[in-house]
Amino acid sequence: MEKTTLQKRSAAIIRRNRKKAYLFLLPNFLGFFVFTLIPVITALVYSLTDYDGNNRMNFVGLKNFLQLFSDSSFVFSLQNTLIYTIVTVPLIILLSLLVSVLMNNGVKGAPIYRAIMLFPHIASIVAVTVVWQFLYNAKSGPINQILQTFGVDNPPAWLSNQKTALIAVMIMIVWKGIGYYMIIYLAGLRGIPADQYEAATVDGANAWEKLRYVTIPNLRPVTFYATIMCIINSFQVFTPIYVMTKGGPGRATSVLVLKIYEDAFVNYKFGYASAEAMILFLLILIVTLIQFYHNKKMEA
Amino acid sequence: MKKTSGKKIIFVVIKYAVVLLITISMVVPFIWMLSASFKTNLEVFEFPIRWIPETIHFENYTNVWDVANYPRMFLNTVKLTVIITVLQILTSTLAAYAFSKIYFPERNVLFLTYLATLMVPYQVVMIPQFSIIRQMGLTNTHLALIMIQAFTPMGVFLIKQFFDGIPDELIEAARIDGLSEFGIYSKMMLPLSKSAIVSLAILTITATWNDFLAPLIYISDKNLYTIQLGLRNLCSEYTTEYGQIMAASVMSVIPIFILYCFCQRFFEEGMVSGAVKG
Repeated sequence: MEKTTLQKRSAAIIRRNRKKAYLFLLPNFLGFFVFTLIPVITALVYSLTDYDGNNRMNFVGLKNFLQLFSDSSFVFSLQNTLIYTIVTVPLIILLSLLVSVLMNNGVKGAPIYRAIMLFPHIASIVAVTVVWQFLYNAKSGPINQILQTFGVDNPPAWLSNQKTALIAVMIMIVWKGIGYYMIIYLAGLRGIPADQYEAATVDGANAWEKLRYVTIPNLRPVTFYATIMCIINSFQVFTPIYVMTKGGPGRATSVLVLKIYEDAFVNYKFGYASAEAMILFLLILIVTLIQFYHNKKMEA
Repeated sequence: MKKTSGKKIIFVVIKYAVVLLITISMVVPFIWMLSASFKTNLEVFEFPIRWIPETIHFENYTNVWDVANYPRMFLNTVKLTVIITVLQILTSTLAAYAFSKIYFPERNVLFLTYLATLMVPYQVVMIPQFSIIRQMGLTNTHLALIMIQAFTPMGVFLIKQFFDGIPDELIEAARIDGLSEFGIYSKMMLPLSKSAIVSLAILTITATWNDFLAPLIYISDKNLYTIQLGLRNLCSEYTTEYGQIMAASVMSVIPIFILYCFCQRFFEEGMVSGAVKG
């Protein structure tokens, strides 16, 4: 279809259209070239140098990358990021699926609940983190006070204990994330054709079987997309950790982006930090490619 | 028959219990924050929690407002949010028009390549971007934040999707009537896509208002601080001023909360239409 119209149009029209189109694209592309495209390429170059932001950069080949894996604080941050992702993503996805299915089942006042649940996602992450920091206060925070009234004599010190700090951060992130994915799921649920449920009813399926054989299979693409997005977002977590713990105590909550930020803007190791950023990029690229090929397979 | 209805009741009870439990857990931290913002430092951690403070200590707010230079930070954030949002809408709708309504052979390839950069995380770009801004001599300026955030592939995607739904015949007819491309864009496409533009605006306003990493990198002058930087700074400088810190937190959330109350539909629409590309 497009080919035949293309042949009919004269080259002059195409040229004129192209000129117009690029004029429309110009404002966007200007910013895009200078602040995204050039930086992406530059980041790759930086990662192969010892650039410190001031002195002349020297090409060092793969030295930064080799050094990364003997840098224990990098390895630790990477490990934490992976733990963080492996724990929070399934929890967020499962809980938001659960809530959305329940809400879709007819709950009085659902719009209000939905509005409330989405709000943590929208509210300033800095403010939310500050509040949770107070809630987690080891000695007198409400969470531990409540635990104590329920008979927990030695409640965890949460953010000030190396063993529980990351858990505390993860709880908050799950709390903050559920609402967003619930909205995505609710949109997906609306798209399931009603006749599938009717057919299941005719076949004598109970509520659980309908969920198992109609709802969940129909939601598979949504779940896939939500999981991918959630993974990518967890790889990039920064603000809550920077505000809550700055990676501490010790380096118990240090994550990849915090390490990149500190190496770049505190230690001014632009080259090294860029190499770390490339690892982040690689991780995200892998996840995105999985999504890409999965979609292709589904379309075929 | 009776058995199933018994089961049904249990299910309904569980359903409401789960939904209510999650809803309450979502709202309680905010109520705690609001309540603590009216308390003295000693009262903040009182237990059992007194949700309505004995006396309302409004001075937490007035103190933050005076001491921490809040009016200034508020204005800074509003200024940045308005300018960045307007620019993003402008650059996104213009680009979306080219991608959706002007035919040129490499259009689709160009669009997909452009979209592919959505994959690149900000953290990869941020270091060279900082070098570029520094070479321009623009570190520690609002202009730096405006320039790096004035365009968005996500916004182009959202608007293009909407433009694609407007029939090409309409545009062709306008061209035959002699309307220029810019005329079609400004007199037809923009008015027809109000809802998509509002959705994008809402997403951008929220993201800019809440942004932390970019201001953290570029802004060190306290007079140029945004609300989020100011809040974070208040926490590290006045660690024990619990009441004031909570008051500052409330203030950094309130504007978005008000916006959310009036435009909830658009918040959801923006999120969902950004998600369905899968």
